[in-house]
Amino acid sequence: MFLPPERKRFYQNVSISQGEGGFEINLDHRKLKTPHAKLFTVPSEALAIAVATEWDSQKDTIKFYTMHLTTLCNTALDNPTQRNKTQLIRAAVKFLETDTVCYRVEEPAALAELQKNEWDPIVAWAEKRYNVAIGSSTSILGPNIPASTKETFITHLASYNMWALQGIEYVITQLKSLILSMGLIDRHITVEKAVLLSRLEEEYQIQRWGNVEWAHDYDLCELRARAAAGTLFVHLCSESSTVKHKLLQD
Amino acid sequence: AAAPLRHASGRAGRTYRDTAAYQHIVAAFRAHRVTSEKLCRAQQELHFQAATYLCLLRSVREHTALHQEYHGKGERSPEEVAGLVGFRLPQQPGGKG
Repeated sequence: MFLPPERKRFYQNVSISQGEGGFEINLDHRKLKTPHAKLFTVPSEALAIAVATEWDSQKDTIKFYTMHLTTLCNTALDNPTQRNKTQLIRAAVKFLETDTVCYRVEEPAALAELQKNEWDPIVAWAEKRYNVAIGSSTSILGPNIPASTKETFITHLASYNMWALQGIEYVITQLKSLILSMGLIDRHITVEKAVLLSRLEEEYQIQRWGNVEWAHDYDLCELRARAAAGTLFVHLCSESSTVKHKLLQD
Repeated sequence: AAAPLRHASGRAGRTYRDTAAYQHIVAAFRAHRVTSEKLCRAQQELHFQAATYLCLLRSVREHTALHQEYHGKGERSPEEVAGLVGFRLPQQPGGKG
């Protein structure tokens, strides 16, 4: 089912309700459905409220491209790429081989220095936090990640449920970095910092050569919105209050 | 976190205080307002969540504003498009016949 980029707001009131499968979103008397026409249900009340807020924030037209939490929920519910947990984890960990913060330049010296100063600390944090060897490289092949390091991350990610994993993989794809994403998920860095580190080379080039001002801010805001949504999604899908609620439901 | 919620209330005539999101956040903060160090981590997690949500709301607002400014002007007419690259359409004066 194709969703147009915008359509007129067709509902007055947005509310949430609790059904058998979880929390549902009501647009007036209609229950929200996914693009694949499944009933839209989420496991977390806080997430449902945040999604409802997205829908209620729309003014005359519904701007789907701004509704990142709704999009993430739709992906979790419809699983359009048909990937299972193992495949999702492997896709996430594979990013380590081309992780932004591990890929270094040798020239220009100023950029190499900037990468060292800004990225070394976050790599060191990840190595310490997960007790792994990662390193960085100026080789075109990227860093040589030990198999044991990959295994550690595979095991760690396996502790997340399917919904949270969709969110993690999304953040990794947006930031082009597993390490920055784990920094976010582990609440070690803020979204603003993670996005800045992700765009370090771009920011450097822009300062060096200038840019089309609005395009820069546009990309920056979009990446921040997506990274923030993904992070929030992961935390809301994996917090203990969600688990408690599920137990209560049984 | 209250600041961006003020902007999020789409419909006129309703304050942000009435929104479910605001009430949820206030309730969550009240529940965690304890002095015990044990629950300090829960407080930190809540702060991070609030900061992340604030970032989301603010970034979406800024992105939408920029989108409206530079993409929202609707489709340009053929004359406008031609003019962008310095051409004129055949039926315009000076255009190729």
